[in-house]
Amino acid sequence: MKYKVRIGLDVTFKYIFKATGLLVLCLLGGILAMLIYNSISFFMDVKPLDFITGMEWNPTAKNPAYGMLPLILSTTIVTFGAMLIAIPLGIGTAAFISEYAGTRLKNILKPAIEMLAAVPSVVIGFLGIVVLSPGIADMAGLPNGLNALNGAILLAVMALPTIITIAEDAIHAVPKTYKEASYGVGATKWQTLRKVIIPAAAPGIISAVMLGVGRAIGETMTVLMATGNAALIPTGFFDSVKTMTATIAIEMGEVPYQTTHYYGLYALATVLFFMTLIANIVGEYFINRLRKYHAA
Amino acid sequence: MQHNKLRLSSIVEWGTLVGTTLIVCFFLVVIILEIVAKGIGSLSWEFISSIPKEGMTKGGILTPIIGTVLITLITALFSIPFGVFCAIYLNEYAENNWLTRTIRAAIRNLSGVPSIIYGLFGLALFVQTLQLGTSLIAAGLTLGLLSLPYIITTTEEALMQIPNSTREAALAVGATKFETIKDVVIPSAVPGILTGVVLTLSRAAGETAPILFTGAAFYISDTNGYINQEFMALPYHLYMLSTQHQAIEEVRPIAYGTALVLILVVFLLNLSAFYIRYKFRKNEN
Repeated sequence: MKYKVRIGLDVTFKYIFKATGLLVLCLLGGILAMLIYNSISFFMDVKPLDFITGMEWNPTAKNPAYGMLPLILSTTIVTFGAMLIAIPLGIGTAAFISEYAGTRLKNILKPAIEMLAAVPSVVIGFLGIVVLSPGIADMAGLPNGLNALNGAILLAVMALPTIITIAEDAIHAVPKTYKEASYGVGATKWQTLRKVIIPAAAPGIISAVMLGVGRAIGETMTVLMATGNAALIPTGFFDSVKTMTATIAIEMGEVPYQTTHYYGLYALATVLFFMTLIANIVGEYFINRLRKYHAA
Repeated sequence: MQHNKLRLSSIVEWGTLVGTTLIVCFFLVVIILEIVAKGIGSLSWEFISSIPKEGMTKGGILTPIIGTVLITLITALFSIPFGVFCAIYLNEYAENNWLTRTIRAAIRNLSGVPSIIYGLFGLALFVQTLQLGTSLIAAGLTLGLLSLPYIITTTEEALMQIPNSTREAALAVGATKFETIKDVVIPSAVPGILTGVVLTLSRAAGETAPILFTGAAFYISDTNGYINQEFMALPYHLYMLSTQHQAIEEVRPIAYGTALVLILVVFLLNLSAFYIRYKFRKNEN
């Protein structure tokens, strides 16, 4: 090939590669622009305060109500429940894999957790309907088990792989010298784990939890299928709830294009976007703190 | 006494950690056993090779299988070139300046954006603005956007593994930077890139939320898979059969069969990714 052609190709591809880098910025910018543009259209019709503090979500009523509180509380209770289950299980498993399991056991457990992460959310939602729901209904004496508890258990299963993987990395990264010093002064393995290793890995564990929260808030299919979808303010784990993601999933398919209701779903998505963004940013912040701490 | 107490408590402590691990494994076992035990009865050659019949109470799942294969292909065709190019830019060209840092932050944020929001974006961009309508192509491109951050991250990790001396050797014998990347860096990074791509596609194949409003349909009678028409897909089929069908109890066996095929597809893709990674590591040693 001629020299000029080669140089020409070199320069052309340099710009092509750079352009794809900029495409990623356009994608995030596009998502933000879409959310904000449609939210503004929504707030032309509905007062922001009514949206934020409204206790009722009923856009198809004669007097449509666009209060997001029941939805945001539904998301909160399901996510909170999921974390109550997933945090102890996740940290315990991470500690076991990192500190107690031998190499052979690790080689089984780690792929098993990757497999759990690979199960599609719609399959987990399906199991919520066919396995968990009858189980919960029997135990609590309810007509059906499609409620916040069901969603919380399923979301815990979905968040566990994220929490375990990141927490395990964090525990694994604690310098060996810390452990040796602790054993040196006569501490047992458990005491070392509780008083030395977990505190030293705390930033990583917090970030594991926050990324798990981000995953749970944004998860759609499992909660859509397993929580019953009643848009009421939840009072307990046995109430049927309708999360923000499920509301968007259900109502977007039925709503006419460019109506207040349509824009309202985008406003809801905007709130959802920023909730997951905050969870992820906090998670990132603690991961970076851990990295700096270990680098120092 | 003191000694015994210490030993008893250490057994309890060890038991706590083993217990949590066992519960997590129990979840996985329940998921797999339940689907396999109840889905295996529906699984047959006829089930995967015939189209749904009689309001989906009979027949197979050929149409959703074709839809899932086609949509995953579109996702791959869109996200692999863009994802790999972007990773090349970040790892080979980008300087450490504000633009690069912004792009990296954008990628991290994009991978945390809930999939339903990608669905809304696909609806607004592909279905409405670009007038593609609810179609295979609109849904495929939506999943392509969703996959982009994962492909970029995994590709960049693969590129980072290639030692700088390899690049320098190519440059020293007179190759341009582009030739170095095309003929030296990418070929040696292929196993790593492939692992990431296969894992990402297995995730995309199982996604439901982004295709809800961009083209997935309850029922399609033909199996031609036109790119500009609505389609059936395995995850959406499972969702419909388990929540929206009028005869939910009657179609349960088909729902279990669909779930089994879906997790088989996803696990097989995952296994092939593990295999590529394993072989690659072996070759290195």
